[in-house]
Amino acid sequence: MSQQSRISGGLIDRSQTHSFTFDGRRYEGHAGDTLASALVANNVRLVGRSFKYHRPRGIFTAGSEEPNALVELRSGARREPNTRATAAELFEGLEAASQNWCGSLRHDLLAVNDLFSPFLSAGFYYKTFMWPKAFWERLYEPIIRAAAGLGRLSGLPDPDSYDHGYLHCDILVIGAGPAGLAAAMQAGRSGARVIVADEDFRMGGRLNAETREVDGMAGAAWADSAVAELAAMDNVRLFPRTTVFGVYDHGIYGALERRTDHLRDGEDGPRQVLWQIQAKRAILAAGAIERPIAFPGNDRPGVMLAASVRTYVNRYAAAPGKRIAVFTNNDDGWRTAIDLSAKGIGIAAIVDTRDTEPLTDIPGAAIVMGGRVTATRGRHGLRSITLAGGRTIETDCLAISGGWNPNVHLTCHHRGRPEWRDDIAAFVPGPELPAGMTVTGAANGTLTLGAALADGHNRTSSTLMGLGFRSGGAQPPRGDDEAASVSAFWHVSPGKGRAWLDLQNDVTVKDLKLAHQEGFRSVEHMKRYTTLGMATDQGKTANVPALAIMAECTGRTIAETGTTIFRPPYTPVPIAAFAGRSRGAHMRPVRLTPSHAWAEEQGAAFVETGLWLRAQWYPRDGETHWRQSVDREVVQTRNSVGICDVATLGKIDIQGRDAAQFLNRVYANGFAKLAVGRARYGLMLREDGIVMDDGTAAHLSENHYLMTTTTANALAVFRHLEFCRQCLWPNLDVHLISVTDQWAQYAVAGPNARKLLSKLVDQDFDISNEAFPFMACGEITVCGGTRARLFRISFSGELAYEIAVPARYGDAMIRALMAAGEEFDAVPYGLEALNVMRIEKGHVTGAELEGRTTARDVGMGRMVSADKDCIGKTLSQRPVLVAEDRPVLMGFIPVDRSQTLDAGAHFLSSGVAAVTENDEGWMSSVCHSPILGHAIGLGFIKRGRERVGETVRAADPLRGKETLVEIVSPHFLDPEGERLRG
Amino acid sequence: MIINHPLLGPRDAAEFTYLGDACLIERPDPEAENAIEVFHDYVYLRDNPAGEHRELWFHEHGDRSWLVVTRNTLTHEISKVELARDVALSRGRGI
Repeated sequence: MSQQSRISGGLIDRSQTHSFTFDGRRYEGHAGDTLASALVANNVRLVGRSFKYHRPRGIFTAGSEEPNALVELRSGARREPNTRATAAELFEGLEAASQNWCGSLRHDLLAVNDLFSPFLSAGFYYKTFMWPKAFWERLYEPIIRAAAGLGRLSGLPDPDSYDHGYLHCDILVIGAGPAGLAAAMQAGRSGARVIVADEDFRMGGRLNAETREVDGMAGAAWADSAVAELAAMDNVRLFPRTTVFGVYDHGIYGALERRTDHLRDGEDGPRQVLWQIQAKRAILAAGAIERPIAFPGNDRPGVMLAASVRTYVNRYAAAPGKRIAVFTNNDDGWRTAIDLSAKGIGIAAIVDTRDTEPLTDIPGAAIVMGGRVTATRGRHGLRSITLAGGRTIETDCLAISGGWNPNVHLTCHHRGRPEWRDDIAAFVPGPELPAGMTVTGAANGTLTLGAALADGHNRTSSTLMGLGFRSGGAQPPRGDDEAASVSAFWHVSPGKGRAWLDLQNDVTVKDLKLAHQEGFRSVEHMKRYTTLGMATDQGKTANVPALAIMAECTGRTIAETGTTIFRPPYTPVPIAAFAGRSRGAHMRPVRLTPSHAWAEEQGAAFVETGLWLRAQWYPRDGETHWRQSVDREVVQTRNSVGICDVATLGKIDIQGRDAAQFLNRVYANGFAKLAVGRARYGLMLREDGIVMDDGTAAHLSENHYLMTTTTANALAVFRHLEFCRQCLWPNLDVHLISVTDQWAQYAVAGPNARKLLSKLVDQDFDISNEAFPFMACGEITVCGGTRARLFRISFSGELAYEIAVPARYGDAMIRALMAAGEEFDAVPYGLEALNVMRIEKGHVTGAELEGRTTARDVGMGRMVSADKDCIGKTLSQRPVLVAEDRPVLMGFIPVDRSQTLDAGAHFLSSGVAAVTENDEGWMSSVCHSPILGHAIGLGFIKRGRERVGETVRAADPLRGKETLVEIVSPHFLDPEGERLRG
Repeated sequence: MIINHPLLGPRDAAEFTYLGDACLIERPDPEAENAIEVFHDYVYLRDNPAGEHRELWFHEHGDRSWLVVTRNTLTHEISKVELARDVALSRGRGI
C-alpha cells in the first residue's frame, strides 16, 4: 500500500505525485514533500546506521539540523553522499539510498561494533590503537576507515556547473519565519533594497508547521500572502532554498542558493550559486532549534523531536506513528499532543518531567507529571517505552521536547559569545554582534509568536531609521503568544543503558562523563576528545544538552561552561560551489602571446610558465624525441639564425625627469649615465641583499626608458617599483606603466640575424655593426612604416636582436620574419633551446636567481656599484652574505662525457658520506649541449672559483644517482663574447 | 573585507595585494654608521600588535596605489585609509 501513513491536510500538492526509490524500492510522494516526509508517509522508519556502532537509526528532525537521516542522493556521477533527507526536496525519479552498512540496512554485519561499545568509548582512537606504533598506518587506520565513514563519493567528475554571484542591499533578512517575514514586509515597504534568504523551499518557517493564526488567517496562508506581497515589490529580492552560511568582514555574507537540486538531472544553468552579499544591515531571524532530552535507548527509529513530529503532521500530512507518546520538559511539547490529537492520531501518553498540573487533558492519553522515560524497546523501530517506576507504554513514536535553542550560530562568526538566559534555559546572542547585525524573533530568545512578529517589525523599523529610510506607520502583524514555560531538564540518569547525546557521532552521556574524568574540562577539549558536535550537523541538536552535562560534571553553571566556537559554514557547502567556474581549464586565466596562433600552426609543444603558454619546441616531421627538435633548433640558430617569441618578458615603461635616478636606485649597477640609444643589463636586489630579478633597461629618448623583467617576476617587480616610487621617494618625477601586453617581441639570433633583419627594417635605419652596435637600441619602422623598437641584446650569446612591434602586428611580424629568413633556413626556437643556449653561455635565470643567492654568488658581485646607494646594497654587505665559503656559480661537466646530469644534485667531495654536513653546493640547471656534444650544468659550489679542474661527486639521492663531475668556468661557449659583438 | 580607497571609494579586498607593516616606508639612512644593524631591523623586525595596525596594501587590480590601511587585527575594523604617498610625504620622505 502506498503512502499508508499519509493523512489529510498539509501543504503538499496532491495533484502532483512523484515516484522515487529508497534502497531500490519504489515509493510515492507529492510535490511539497521532502525525502524525509515522503519516507514518513510511506512508513519507512529505518533510514540509516550510526557512525560508530552501526545502530539502526530513523529520522529525528524535520530540518537542516538532522543528525541521523543522512542518505546518498542520485546515482552515477551525480551521486552525493551525506545529504540530509530532511532537507532534500522530493522530485519525480529521485533515487536515494541509506549508507554506512555492510550486508543490508536491516541486517548490518558491522552492527557487531555495538557489542564492542565498551571499547569504543570517548577517545578510543587514542587509547586503543596506540601500540604497536607500526600497526597504525598498515592495519588500524585502514580498518577504521572502512568501518567508519558515512556515504560514498561517486569518484567521477561532477557533471554539474556552479557559479558565483555578488549582491548588494540595504537590508538582508536571514530567515523567513514569522519574525523574518514581519521584518521583510516592514523593510520592503520603506523602499530600501531588501534581500530575503531562507534555507527552505517554502518560506514561512514554523508558520508552515504549526496551527497558529496571524492577522486572523491560518499561519501558512498569511506567510503565503506575505511572500506574494514581497515578491511584487521591485526593491525586494526573495531567495528561497538559500542558506546564509557565514558572516564575513564589513557586512559581507556568504550564501548558498540551491537552484536545481530539486529538479531532475540535465537542467540548464548552474546547480548552485555561491552568493557574496554585501549588506548595510542584516536582520537575523534564523529561528530556534528544538533540542532533545537524553535518556536510555533514545536513539531508536521512532524517537523524534516533538516539533518535528508536528511538522510532519501539519505541513506534510504524514504521521510518524499511530500511537504517539510525548516526553517533554516544557509547554511546547504538549502542542504536539494537542495538534496530533486534533488530527485523529492516537496519543498514548504525555510524560512531563515537571511535577506540576497538566496543561490540558488529551482524550485517551496517559498523563504522567514528574515522569521519566528510562528505557525503550524495538529493534528496528520503537515499540514501547518504560517509565521510571516500571510502567510500560506501547507506542511507535516518541516525541521528545527539551526546549528550544535560539539559533545563535551566525551571531558568533566574529568571535561574539552567546549568553545564557535562565528563563528560557537557553543561550541567546551576546552583546557583541557582527557590525550591522540585528537579531530578532526566536533567534533572539523571543520564542512566542505574537512577540516574535512584533519584534521583527519593530527592530526593522529602528534599523531602517538608522539607514535614513522612513518605515511608515504600518502595524506589526498580530498573533497570540502561546504557553512557553520550560524547565531545565537535560537527561535521565542512564543507569546501565546508554543515553545518546550526539546521534551523528554516537556520543553518550557516559562518554562525556568519562572525558571529564580523564581531565577534558574545557568544552573545546570535550568536543575534540569525544567528537561530540562534529561532522555535518555540527551538534545542532546535541551541543546544549552536552554542555549541561559538562556543567553538571564540573559543578559549574551552563553559563560558566560556555559554548564551543561557532564557525562558518552554518550547514555544509560543497567545495564545488566555492570553486564555482574556476575548475579544470578555467581554474585560472591563460595568457597567449600575440603570435600564439602562428606557433600552433607550426605544431609547437607548449608549456605553462605562470599564466602564459609558451612554445617549448617546434617538432618537425621525423623527429620522435623532444631532444632532436631542441638540438636542431640550437645548432641552426648558432650556425645561421633562429627566432624566438619573447613577448612574455615583463615590460615596464618608465618616464619622467628623474627616471634615470630612479633606475639608478632600483638596480644594483649604475644607470645614471646610460646614453640615449643604449640598453644595459640590470641586476635588481631585494632590500635584504638577495637578488630579486634581472633584465635590461633601454634608454629610448630623454626621460624615457623601457625596462624588461623576467616573465615570472613581471608582476612582483612592478609592485616593488611602485612601492619604491610611492613610499620611498614620493617626490621623484617618475611614472611607471606596464606595457607587457602592448608589445609583441621576438629575439632574432645567430650569425645571419642582421642579414635577415635588414630585409625588414626600413631603409632610413642603419643597423650595421658600426651604427647599431651591441647594446644599442632605437625606435625604427619595419615593413614599410610599421612602428617598431629594436634592441641589440643577446641571451643566446649570438649576434642577436630583439624586435618589438605593437601587439596587434605580432602575428604579421613573426610571419614576415620567417618569410625573410627562408633563404637562411631560419628556425623558430622554443623555450628549451633558449634554455640550452643560455646555459652554454653561463647566463642565469630563475633556477639560479631563486631567492637565496646574491650578486656575488652568481659572479656579479662587482656589478653592485660602490659609488651609490641602491635597494639591497647595505644588507648585501652583511657578513653572512659575503662569507668566503658561500657556494658560487660555476660550470660542471660529467667526467664520463656520455653521462647525463641532474638539476637538484648536491656536490660532495670524494670519500665523504652523503649527509647535510658534507654538502658543498647544488646543481641548478642542466642540459645537453649539442654544440659541445655532452651534458653541461650550472651550479653553486663552495670556493668554486679556486677549484676549477677539480672533480667532485654530484649526488642525487632522490633519483638514486651519483655522477663524477668536473668544475669548470660557467661560460661554456665564447667566454669573450666575440659572437654577440660581431 | 572592504577597503575604502581614498580616490576610488569602497573596493573589495580581493583587488589588493598585502605587504605588511607600514613601517617599511621608513627606509633607514644607508649612510648611517651602523647602517647594517638599522637595515637589519628595518627588514626583519616587525611588531605584531593585537589591535590597531598600520599596514601597506597595493591596489594591484585597480589604480596601483599603495595605501596605508589602519586595521584592527582583532576585529578587522578599518579605521583609516590613506595614500601611502601622502603618508611618505608627511613623514618627510621626498626624493
